Amino acid sequence: MELLGLYHYWVFAVLLMIGFYAVIAKSNLIKKLIGLSIFQSAVFLLYITMGKVEGGTAPIIQAGVENPVFSNPLPQVLILTAIVVGISTTALGLGIVVRIKEEYGSIEESDIQEIDRR
Amino acid sequence: MIVLFGVFLLSLMVITALAIVRTHHLFVAVILTGIFSLLMAANFFLLDAADVALTEAAIGAGISTVLFLGALALTGEHERANTSNRLLALSVVAVTTLLVIYATFDKPRFGDPLAPVHQHVAPWYLDKTAEAIDIPNVVTAVLGSFRGYDTLGEVFVVFTAGIGVLFLFGARPSYSSGAARTNTTDPGQGLRHYLIPRVVGRLLIPFIFLFGLYVQFHGDYGPGGGFQAGAIIAAAVILYALLEGEEQALRVLPHKLLIGLMAGGALLYGGVGVAALLLGGNFLDYSVLAADPIVGQHIGILLIEAGVGITVTGVLISVFHAFAGRRRY
Repeated sequence: MELLGLYHYWVFAVLLMIGFYAVIAKSNLIKKLIGLSIFQSAVFLLYITMGKVEGGTAPIIQAGVENPVFSNPLPQVLILTAIVVGISTTALGLGIVVRIKEEYGSIEESDIQEIDRR
Repeated sequence: MIVLFGVFLLSLMVITALAIVRTHHLFVAVILTGIFSLLMAANFFLLDAADVALTEAAIGAGISTVLFLGALALTGEHERANTSNRLLALSVVAVTTLLVIYATFDKPRFGDPLAPVHQHVAPWYLDKTAEAIDIPNVVTAVLGSFRGYDTLGEVFVVFTAGIGVLFLFGARPSYSSGAARTNTTDPGQGLRHYLIPRVVGRLLIPFIFLFGLYVQFHGDYGPGGGFQAGAIIAAAVILYALLEGEEQALRVLPHKLLIGLMAGGALLYGGVGVAALLLGGNFLDYSVLAADPIVGQHIGILLIEAGVGITVTGVLISVFHAFAGRRRY
């Protein structure tokens, strides 16, 4: 169980950095947005992992269960809303990318910078 | 067994993420992102976060994939290979990964009930939900009532993002004269000529709607609520638009109605808060909405969850139409 916990945190670190790599090293704007959403998912994973309580269940109160152990509801609430806000902001980002494509004719960062320099 | 399954899911997620970053075909990357979200949802379920798993499955694997594909149709599917500062980026990423992994050894043991995160307000929420609000799902209680301000803020962020997309696509491209190319397939047609998706889709759509409504109104008792229901209902409408074509979907749910939904849901949420003020309570304090404070809480949570669901549905469908209805220039 302890090892699984550490493994969760390691996967969080690796996913975070895979997403970050896509954001800083890739020149395609859509790829950057995909990287950003992986980065975001990694943060969600961290929060939900911290909320887990050993032997716990989902925080839904059931009648007739003696001394129930619940996982922490608070990180779940934060992440639930964060996922929906995340998709809205991603949609806004995609909208900006589409507009950039329409104005510049490309979504590669190097092309856009070159056009801007002219 | 659970440990094994968890390790398996987490490893698959890392492999999928690596494949997403490595591929130069953006279509493949987007489909892999959908798979990644589904794995993430399964993992959330293992970590006792049923509500979050439901949201991630509906949003990440469903709507996000459709939006990315809609954007790809407008921008092109191939990524140019670019290796200008790859080594620098790789070394930065490697060093940071090692630092974060080093930091994880100081974290509390996984699942430790005595970890600091479980000591602050969470036990209070778990204790007080039954007596103050009396609904079984603590997540909904915290989301709707205890932390109603937060959720109001989130709803307005979703609303603002939706308005932002509509504003961006309200502008016409500056070189549209003559250079305009229409989509290769007629956007009005949809998948009407494909028999199997059409038959299966027609069969599924009513049940998706029904499930969406169930998730909306059963959110007090089980996993669910406005955010998830909004995403599921939007998914049903998007499926309808894919099958029957944009035009037909807009005939059923016109733009004006969608904008009304976006604003109406947020207004309903804010309105409940103001109603509580007028009845002599604090903003978003639902106890004053009825003679019995607990009944008041129930009414308040039902109304604000409806507001959340309406706004999320309106925003997601409007954003989809904004992408799908855009001509390719």
